[in-house]
This record gives sequence, C-alpha cells and structure tokens, in this order.
Amino acid sequence: MSDSERRPLPAIDIKGVSKVYSVGGQTVQALREVNLTIKKGEFACLIGASGCGKSTLLRIMAGFETASSGVVNMYGKPIVGPSPERGMVFQDYGLFPWLTVKENIGFGQRQRNLPKAKLNEISAYYTDMVGLTKFADYYPGQLSGGMKQRVAIARVLANDCEVLLMDEPFGALDALTREKLQQDLLEIWARTKVTVVFVTHAVEEAVMLSDRVVVMTAGPGRIEEDIKLALARPRDITAIEFNQVRRDITQYLSSHVSSKVAA
Amino acid sequence: MDTTVELPVKMVKPDIRPYIKSWITPLIVPLLLLLGWHAGVKVSGTQLIPLPKEVGLMLYDFAFGGIYDDAFSETLPLHLWSSVTRVYGGFFAAALVGIPLGLLIGRIKLIRDLLDPTLQLLRPVPVTAWLPLSMIFFGIGPNAAIFLVFLGAFYPIVFNTIFGVKAVDNRLFEAALMLGCSGSSLFRQVVLPAAIPSILNGLRLGHGFAWILIVVGEMTGVPEGLGAVIMDGRMLSRTDLVIAGMTVIGIVGYVSDRMLVALNNRLLKWSPQHHV
Repeated sequence: MSDSERRPLPAIDIKGVSKVYSVGGQTVQALREVNLTIKKGEFACLIGASGCGKSTLLRIMAGFETASSGVVNMYGKPIVGPSPERGMVFQDYGLFPWLTVKENIGFGQRQRNLPKAKLNEISAYYTDMVGLTKFADYYPGQLSGGMKQRVAIARVLANDCEVLLMDEPFGALDALTREKLQQDLLEIWARTKVTVVFVTHAVEEAVMLSDRVVVMTAGPGRIEEDIKLALARPRDITAIEFNQVRRDITQYLSSHVSSKVAA
Repeated sequence: MDTTVELPVKMVKPDIRPYIKSWITPLIVPLLLLLGWHAGVKVSGTQLIPLPKEVGLMLYDFAFGGIYDDAFSETLPLHLWSSVTRVYGGFFAAALVGIPLGLLIGRIKLIRDLLDPTLQLLRPVPVTAWLPLSMIFFGIGPNAAIFLVFLGAFYPIVFNTIFGVKAVDNRLFEAALMLGCSGSSLFRQVVLPAAIPSILNGLRLGHGFAWILIVVGEMTGVPEGLGAVIMDGRMLSRTDLVIAGMTVIGIVGYVSDRMLVALNNRLLKWSPQHHV
C-alpha cells in the first residue's frame, strides 16, 4: 500500500502563500503566510470582511493570479494557471452572451473535439441537473440572475471540474432565489461529490452550506479561525445549535473589526 | 353571462388600428415635405426648382423612358449599376482590410504600437481631401471614386473593430481559460463574437460614408454613375434630373442600409439591445 493511499492527497493544499500587489507605486500586502488544506469532497467556506483577501486566495486557487511566495497544489501538483479541473463560478456570472444556455453549458466540452452527439448528451444532462431544460435555447440576456448562476454552475460541472471555486456566487441574488440556489447547490454537491470552496461574507450562508468555515481577517489578509461544523444536514436555520455557531462566527468577525477600529 | 358571450366576439374582430398607425405615422413628415415643396415653388414662382410632380415624371423617364426621350431616358439601370458596383467594391474591400486589421490592432500590442499612431494621424484628414491625389494615383475614372469609397468606409470599420476587441470583458477571458479554451480558439470563440456588435456598427457607419463618397468620386469626369448624372444635371441646369438622382441615391442607400440592419439583427439575436 502506497503512502498516498493511506493518507490521500488533499484536493487543495496551500502552504505559506503571500500576495503583494503594487498599486500606483505603493505595495499592498493582500495575503500573508496563508496555510490551508482542503480535503477531497469537502465543502469549505472562506468568510471575512471585504479586503481580507478571500477572493484573492480563491483566484490564486483558480490560477488566475499567482502567489508572490508560497506553494499551491492540487492533488500534489502545483497550480500554474486556469484549468478545467478547477471551475470558477463568478458573482457576475461570466456567461457568454452570444451562446444559448445549452451552448454555454457545453462550452468546456466543445474544446475537446468530442463527437457532436456526445457533446449534446453531456450538455443536456447538466442543463437538466440545474433544472433549465425548458430554457436550453434561451440566451443569457433572457434569464434571471438565479438562472444565470445555475448555468454558470452547470457549465463548470459539465466540464468535469473536481474543485468548484465560488466567488460570492449568490451575492447579487434576492433572498428567496438565494435560498433556493443554496439548497440546489447542496443537492448537487451531495450528488457529484465535488469539492467546493465557497467565498462569502454572509455568516448565515456559510453556516448553512459548509463543513468548515475559514474566517479570514484583513490588513494583511490571513486566516484567523478554522471552524469545523458538526451540524447535521439538512440544516435548520431556526435550530438553537445553528444559531449558536452563527453567533460564534459573527463574534470572530466583529471582534476583529472592532479591534481594528479601536486601533 | 353577457361578458362571456362578448369576449369571443371581440377576439374575431382584431383591432387593426395600431397597424394602420404604424404605417401612416412614418409617412406624415415626407408627405408634408412634398406638400411644402410644391407650395413653395408655386408661391414663389421660381423657375429654378421643379415641382415634385415634374421630378416624379423625370424619375419615370429616367427609369423607363417614353416621356422626354433624351440622353437620360431609360439610363437609370446603367448608372445605378455603375454606382452600386463601385460602392460595394470599395465597401467590401474596406471590410476585407479593415476587420482583420482592426482585430490584429486590437489584440496584439506590437501591431497596435506600430500602426495606431499612423492611423490616428491620417484619420482627421477629410476623405474628400484625398480626391486630387486619388486622381493622380488612379487616373480620371471610376478607380479614383472606388478608392475614395474604400477610404471613407475603412476608417469607421477599422476603428470600431479595434474598439470592439479592446472592450471585451476580461471576465469572459477568465471564463474561457478556466473552461480550457486558449490560444487561437480564444480569438475565434471569444474575441470575435464579443466584438461583432462593434464590427457591425462600423460596417453600418462605413456603408453610409461609402454612399456619400461615391457621389463625390463620380463628380470628377466619370461618364456613368449617379454622381455623374447629378453633375450633368447641374451643367445642363436640369434641376429635375439632379433631384431625381438624389432621390434614387436616398432610396438605394436606405434599402441597402436595411439589409445591413437585417444582418445585424440576425447575427445579434442574442442581444436585443443591439437591435436597430
């Protein structure tokens, strides 16, 4: 039995990652010495106030940005750039407006020169998974925000992504749509066993969704707390335990913000 | 009971008033202009401007003959064909050069640094100012006119294409990259479709300029063409012929613009806000 089989490689392994930007001649440290390991199949939330570097960290995982120092590995291999294995879901969707729903969902697979029938089959399967079969021939401009985000999720899943990176994906949606999409995301997660790294600034959303909440703080961005959630699923937003956890996390966040203000 | 009976009756007799309205409303101003023209000529008693009716007769004779039977009778198809081939020759040449060049300038920094300053320097020169040089380069004849058309259509096409390429949302590049699309397929699958609204806009503007410049180009010693006809009309004090030529250009320009609009709406069916 090999070593890696006994201790499986983590989906994402971040070691000593720092990120320094240069803005108008001034250097800004966005991340300092971040260490984070995300297991295969885990649903992890990165939470923090704006400016804490959570989106930067996610973009480094995606390969859109490179760390100034440190290592980021996926299953032991260094991340050198964007790749279909790591699918990003943006807050502003990033759909191709000239492609229909099913063409957007099939976009990734189309890059692989599959036979047309196979391509259609895959895109139909994922269009159905996110409940948009009736809208398969619509253009993004004809869809609501919630539907667009469903397309964005289906698009990366259809492309065999193993790690789903989500950057405040439901932040622009109304409360009802957000709740519905959270439930659907959990269902998809349970069904596909995909690893999820989910960036949010909403504590309730983090507690609702994740196995683990990673609290980040700003100036420079670093990980403050790493909380495993033992709450049973499906989670009940009105349960005492749920609210206990929510209160704890809110305190971690606000204590840091108030100490910053006092200083 | 009464209301349930009344409903289907209303449905068999659809209201056609909105349709009539949509046909009549656009015609009101042109008809008023014709009336004003007619009245203006009558009241002032001028001999220099013909009545709309006389221009109508001239147009008929120009197209089909049988009224004046002079040198211009039945010659419309000949002149129209000459002008149309020159306009589209110059226009398509401009599109053929302008779109690829615009794509390259917009996408590749080296080419942009190389060509953009020169283009920016040449752009403010009115295309009509090229006429004397154009006649030296191409001689007196249709080629000088085609060159003017080319130049006039080229600038809006190339600059709108550059703009369209540079304005592609960076988010779409990120989305394409993480889905496994890169290199030349990025160009074909993201840059090109994203720039199409701007390219079409440039084509439409360029097309408008092409029709303006063909008339200028044909006023310089070309025997055939609508611009030549207008020039002849001026020399012979045949104002009815001048206005007939103007009318034909207006109608043909309008019809071919509608064809471009139809192409635009077809290619951009994903984006209703780009529909014209």
